[in-house]
Amino acid sequence: MSQPLPFAVTLDPGSSLANQTGSWRTERPLYLDRLPPCNNACPAGENIQQWLYHAEEGDYFTAWQKLMEDNPLPSVMGRVCYHPCEDACNRVELDEAVGIHAVERFLGKQAWEHGWNPAFAAEPSGKRVLVVGAGPSGLAAAYHLTRMGHVVTIREAGPMAGGMMRFGIPKYRLPREVLDYEIQRILDMGVVLQLNSKVEDLEAAFSNEGFDAVFVAVGAHLAKRIDIPANAAAGILDAVSLLRDIETGAEPPRLGRRVIVYGGGNTAMDVARTAKRLGVDEPMIVYRRSRKEMPAHEFEAAEAEEEGVMIHWLRTIKQIDATTFTVEKMEIDASGRPQPTGAFETLEADTLILALGQDADTAFLERVEGAEVAGDGTVSVNEQMMTGRAGLFAGGDMVPSERTATVAVGHGKKAARHIDAWLRGESYRKPEKNEIAAFDHLNTWYYDDAPQTVQPALNLIRRQSGFEEVQRGLTDDNALFEARRCLSCGNCFECDNCYGICPDNAVEKLGAGNRFEFKYDYCKGCGLCAAECPSGAIKMEPEDI
Amino acid sequence: MTEPTTHQRIRFYQTGTHTVGNRLLDETKRTVQASMARANSITSGHRACQGCGEALGARYALDSVMRATEGQMVAVNATGCLEVFTTPYPETSWQIPWLHSLFGNAPAVATGVAAALRVKGKGHVRVVAQGGDGGTADIGFGCLSGMFERNDDVLYICYDNEGYMNTGVQRSSATPPTARTSTTPALGDDPGNVFGTGKNLPLIALAHNIPYVATASVADLHDLEAKVAKAMGFRGARYIHIMVPCPLGWGSASDATIRIARLAVESGFFPLFEAEYGEITAANKIRRQVPVSEYLKLQRRFAHLFKRGPDGEEDRKGLDRLQQMADANIARFNLLSDGAAQGTSP
Repeated sequence: MSQPLPFAVTLDPGSSLANQTGSWRTERPLYLDRLPPCNNACPAGENIQQWLYHAEEGDYFTAWQKLMEDNPLPSVMGRVCYHPCEDACNRVELDEAVGIHAVERFLGKQAWEHGWNPAFAAEPSGKRVLVVGAGPSGLAAAYHLTRMGHVVTIREAGPMAGGMMRFGIPKYRLPREVLDYEIQRILDMGVVLQLNSKVEDLEAAFSNEGFDAVFVAVGAHLAKRIDIPANAAAGILDAVSLLRDIETGAEPPRLGRRVIVYGGGNTAMDVARTAKRLGVDEPMIVYRRSRKEMPAHEFEAAEAEEEGVMIHWLRTIKQIDATTFTVEKMEIDASGRPQPTGAFETLEADTLILALGQDADTAFLERVEGAEVAGDGTVSVNEQMMTGRAGLFAGGDMVPSERTATVAVGHGKKAARHIDAWLRGESYRKPEKNEIAAFDHLNTWYYDDAPQTVQPALNLIRRQSGFEEVQRGLTDDNALFEARRCLSCGNCFECDNCYGICPDNAVEKLGAGNRFEFKYDYCKGCGLCAAECPSGAIKMEPEDI
Repeated sequence: MTEPTTHQRIRFYQTGTHTVGNRLLDETKRTVQASMARANSITSGHRACQGCGEALGARYALDSVMRATEGQMVAVNATGCLEVFTTPYPETSWQIPWLHSLFGNAPAVATGVAAALRVKGKGHVRVVAQGGDGGTADIGFGCLSGMFERNDDVLYICYDNEGYMNTGVQRSSATPPTARTSTTPALGDDPGNVFGTGKNLPLIALAHNIPYVATASVADLHDLEAKVAKAMGFRGARYIHIMVPCPLGWGSASDATIRIARLAVESGFFPLFEAEYGEITAANKIRRQVPVSEYLKLQRRFAHLFKRGPDGEEDRKGLDRLQQMADANIARFNLLSDGAAQGTSP
């Protein structure tokens, strides 16, 4: 006869697994992916944390493919981008920002050396898109549209592709073989490039040629002028034309022994440094504000000064007599504006180069019904990057925004997404951003100190006399080191801390690449995993009780 | 003294010179705790408090022993939290051969188990004895000293949570000065446990000239595992003293257990060192030094040290003496390297 055992007689031992301590919990840990500040800051929308993750393993191919999902020009961007990602990098609080641009450039070089091509597998859509302008924005749009299955033609008014990357950025910052290579790779995907083809009639592209959508990104290259009373013996040039002539002309322009560049932006720095390389003894910059207010990046000014460019801060040019320039001293008032002081001095120079910014040449859009062109030539676009003319999209320097190559590449991607959606009769909805992984989400105890690998800079004498590239790349060794400095902010990198640190074995490890799972039957909600997660990829949420 | 040579830190600036695991490191070089095949000597469902340092320390240590002995081991347990929260009749959390007898006799029982195994020709099966600071420093102290003195082949591990936490947070001889317990209330002119009492068990073990003595912390898993593995390389009596913060008895947040253990080490209050045959052979350098108050202020048992008097001033007397204790450790064990960063809270 079988009877249930009475309580308190000797029982067989059982496992404590019968005791589900999850019922103690008042807070529950959750895995999440927070948005790393670098990704958030990238104008091209790169998933930097992700491609660094692959680079850390030495899997440069996967890292490069990940990077190429957002940016078709890694070698270019690794050189010319002003890397807002690094300004945002949480590692700054520990030692120095991760040298993201250097790793990006390294990946670009790996692709070159190994002949990698971007992987994409879209069904042909049968739609045709015309891109006007072969600058960074147009090239990026063409690239992404091709990845999405559309057929793209680029028409470029000039004799070469690259836009401001070629005609605005000197080759000591961006060697032309690098630019040519990355442009060619886009063309090899099937993009048709027509040079010396200025588009005058956009409506005809739609109606006569049957393009389903048009993306215009013609940039901004009309130099701004200024009136200076001049008894001109000195030649007056503008920076953009000069840089363009150097790129296309056979003969370098004659600038004389002393040159004044007027302006305080990156173009002013570029053109002064270029003048030095062309044999000018005394390149000078005259700028009406101080170093603090200059639009140029600090490193550009510093490198220019190292190379022998003399910068006259707080000066405006009032008059030119033969080769004598009368300049007035300025001072910055309480509201940050430069004000004249009435004190004058003179400088001697053979040539004046104006670097005062550029306007967009968008006269051809004024004939398009619906397109709105502002006084400075910029074109209004809506959230979808579309102008007032349905199917006509615009981006890059010709729309109101910050004017950098990376912003332009970002515009190209954004426009491509909206064009793609528009061609399908849908509208592209940007996924909701995750919350930012701020520095105080991290537990930095687990990271070691490691200063940024310094890219060896080209010897100064060679910099002053030639157009060799100033910044050198990383080697295989230090690229790996640099990638591994990434803190993986907000994203699990499988460090096993949660798995190891749980006093209740309530974290299940799912194996390489599969991260972890909480066993809520046993998790008591102590919060140790969240407190000791280095990257801030776990958060505690109150339970409903 | 030098940095410990028992294990080499492999520097990965992201993925964990200091984390439990590391996806970039060869499997064989990762910690035991990072392994999907770790023994989990104590399984889930145990009744330790949320954030228990002892449950963690015991699993860290015993899983290491399991790897070092390839599963050929027996554990003997003194009475205490660890025994109570793992074995409420009729359940057990132990996934290893495990034996409990009395509060005060764990070292003697372990000696007996080792002798019996030897007699039965199973000398390859290794014996670990373990207890809390009460069972070790107070109640089982005579048995422990005898085990050391006879050089019996046992690794004794003390999980030190600095008091009798299971029975209601009474003072033990491992309770630090000024700590409030139910038997040393924070009252009167010298609130909390008094200065000049208690004993330093690792140094007492050291004075027995046994083959191996070490201190370890739940905040430094790599170091802890290396020390346990090293201890299993010796025959004879060995002693490892692991600091295990107790959220209940120390009055700390359950998610602060590791942080508190880390601050104890980084302030010099709990030095990590190892010794062989009576000689100190290595001590871990402090990585980011902090004042001892950083460690104390996370614990309610020291809250009275930070209370301001009627004049609005903090009474620094207790704090200063505790800082002196930390400073004395730093000098004695040479805990500072030349480049140690100062003052940042880990």
